[in-house]
Amino acid sequence: MADPLVAATGWGWRHAGRRAAAVSGLDLRIDAGERVLLLGPSGAGKSTLLAALAGVLGGDEDGQAEGELLVAGRRPLEARGLAGLVLQDPDAQMIMARAGDDTAFGPENLALPRGEIWHRVARAQRAVGLHLDFDRETHRLSGGQKQRLALAGVLAMRPELLLLDEPTANLDPEGAIEVRDAVAAVLRDTGATAVIVEHRVELWWELATRVVVLDPAGGLLADTTPERAVGELAAELSARGVWLPGRRLAAAPIPTPSATSALTPSVSAPAPAASTESARRDGGSPLLSARGLAVARQRGTSVQAGIDLDLAAGEVLAITGPNGVGKSTLALTLAGLLPPEGGELVAHPDLADGAAPAPWRWRSRQLLTRIGAVFQNPEHQFLGSTVRAELAIGPSELRRPRAEIEARVDELLERLHLAPLAAASPFSLSGGQKRRLSVATALATRPRILVLDEPTFGQDATGWRELVALLDEVREAGSAVVAVTHDRELIAALGARELRLDGGADAVQAADTGVRS
Amino acid sequence: MTAPIAPARPGVRSAPPARSLPARVAAANPVARLIASAPIVLGFVLTIDPVSAGVALALELLLMPLIGIGWRRFWKVTAIAWVLAPLGAVTILLYGQASGEVYFSWALVHVTAGSAALAIASVLRVLAIALPAIVLFAGVDPTDLADGLGQIVRLPQRFVIGALAGLRMLALLGDDWRAITLARRARGLGDRRGPGALLRQCFGLLVLALRRGGLLATAMEARGFGGDTPRTWARPSSFGRVDAALIGVGTLVAAVAVTASVLTGSWRFIGG
Repeated sequence: MADPLVAATGWGWRHAGRRAAAVSGLDLRIDAGERVLLLGPSGAGKSTLLAALAGVLGGDEDGQAEGELLVAGRRPLEARGLAGLVLQDPDAQMIMARAGDDTAFGPENLALPRGEIWHRVARAQRAVGLHLDFDRETHRLSGGQKQRLALAGVLAMRPELLLLDEPTANLDPEGAIEVRDAVAAVLRDTGATAVIVEHRVELWWELATRVVVLDPAGGLLADTTPERAVGELAAELSARGVWLPGRRLAAAPIPTPSATSALTPSVSAPAPAASTESARRDGGSPLLSARGLAVARQRGTSVQAGIDLDLAAGEVLAITGPNGVGKSTLALTLAGLLPPEGGELVAHPDLADGAAPAPWRWRSRQLLTRIGAVFQNPEHQFLGSTVRAELAIGPSELRRPRAEIEARVDELLERLHLAPLAAASPFSLSGGQKRRLSVATALATRPRILVLDEPTFGQDATGWRELVALLDEVREAGSAVVAVTHDRELIAALGARELRLDGGADAVQAADTGVRS
Repeated sequence: MTAPIAPARPGVRSAPPARSLPARVAAANPVARLIASAPIVLGFVLTIDPVSAGVALALELLLMPLIGIGWRRFWKVTAIAWVLAPLGAVTILLYGQASGEVYFSWALVHVTAGSAALAIASVLRVLAIALPAIVLFAGVDPTDLADGLGQIVRLPQRFVIGALAGLRMLALLGDDWRAITLARRARGLGDRRGPGALLRQCFGLLVLALRRGGLLATAMEARGFGGDTPRTWARPSSFGRVDAALIGVGTLVAAVAVTASVLTGSWRFIGG
């Protein structure tokens, strides 16, 4: 086995309709049995490379290739089945309605005999620790179960190369560990080769035998061992926006000159020009209060009830809890987008500013300057055809002067490193870029309360620091921030108060809504 | 390699080893159900007369208990047909081709002997076609139907599996629509009403659906779907005596009804 399993020679790919290449000048050899952690800043082309290895990047109409990329000596498109790809979104990977059928889908496509298919289905599901009835409906599984089922679907094909593209990004910490353990067990048993893209590097660090870092400018930033990556190369990689284990907090707000500030976020924020220190003096004026609040995505299906909370200007509230417990539903309700199912939600005069006390009753335009919302799935809130148009929607709706809109949009583009993408379609951005754009759209109208659902999903170190610094600024300026998050470092960095939700009103409902809640 | 732990499942899912006739019909292949209702549909598109439709409807109602659908469920799934058929008939009664004795006339409305007969025929015909189609199709599992279409009818596999995946995505359109409604409200566009806003929201739904479809296609390709090599089917789709009998009964009902119609001289080609 002298031939490498993966061999890239001057390989590159440019997506159709984009000027810059997603990947270029890549030279990489991966031998059988290696477990590669593939890192790189947001937009460095990690997902593109995985898709290419899996043979799902598409043909000439989808983009332009350069150089050569071989899997087991063949072009990936002709080596289908050799490489198995697990993607980030659990919902997008449930192909069949029933769990057994879903795992059988890959083996069917490999034209295996029926007996062999069901043998493999049973083994693959056991390998990932799933003990489901084969007739179990896939859409009723939890996020962690869905990802493990997707993994089983890939394993049933017995791939030589396992490709994981942020497989735990949409999961709560428990679900993420479930998936990681399943992968670890499989790799131990099969000795398969793996290439893993993840921002939660600490989760996978122990498993990796090699760390490869893509350079957004083309080629590699580093190709090294895990030990060297956190050793002599650590400073350089961190500076380039690459996550390394245990370096998240150390890397917290950059814009401050003081290095010690990172661990004491309450004093770390860069003071914006018009910082209103007064807003924070006594915990700030109350903005929003909930009493006995019950929330539901659809009428009559309450997922949480009896929630009491007060939100004051200049504070950060973190909503935590397992997947499916109703965090997103609560966030959407607090944001005035869903009507409360029970209890009351009242905006104090400072926030209401002449509007009615119930945010749910406000007009859509009244919400813009009062409560901004960032959805869990950024794609769900994109309405513009370009990144620039997307950012201008809110301010235009407020009938702001054109020059002011332009200035605000430019400022946000610059601030969130989206300026080079101003003319691109929001849907064509990378996962981390989409997330930053959705946050920027809410910030564009300077709301008094900013409600964010998983704002740090898929962020590289630079994007993360920028977001943390930005949220800190928003808070300093006297707004309140509500963040649904699993990100402990984010909570620490912002000094957030935590509201933990447990055990939904209805366990079945909770499992049903899966990762969407 | 034999499969010691492979479950004794392949294929048949919820249906227990059924012995009673209704249970066996209930477990019939979806393809047989599809084909069984075809002669009735095809036969009755050709004619519009009360006799053929009436005979077929009577036979169908007599056969209903054999299919294994309870009356309660029968009324529930067919309610829409019982409501829509008379509504359509009223239109024909008032505006249908006038002939024979005029019972009532006002402006464009002409209730005549001819239009009344036509109306009755249309009620019977709609019911005769709709009832078996609905009853045979209620509760058909899309996956089972796809298995049947691929293995028994031998439709192209990519087409069948693609259609199945697409069907499952339809169920998500409601979720997407709600998400877009929330997004428009959050982004300040929620106050807009009227056709323009609706059109834009529909466009947004289209964008999301295409996006979702693209993701699903990628996930399917990642599992080896779409190559030129043939694929196998994990679930056998069998075609047994019950399936053949079901099709036979469907053909028989159509034949008896058409024969009765021709013999009584009431057969009328549409437009004739």
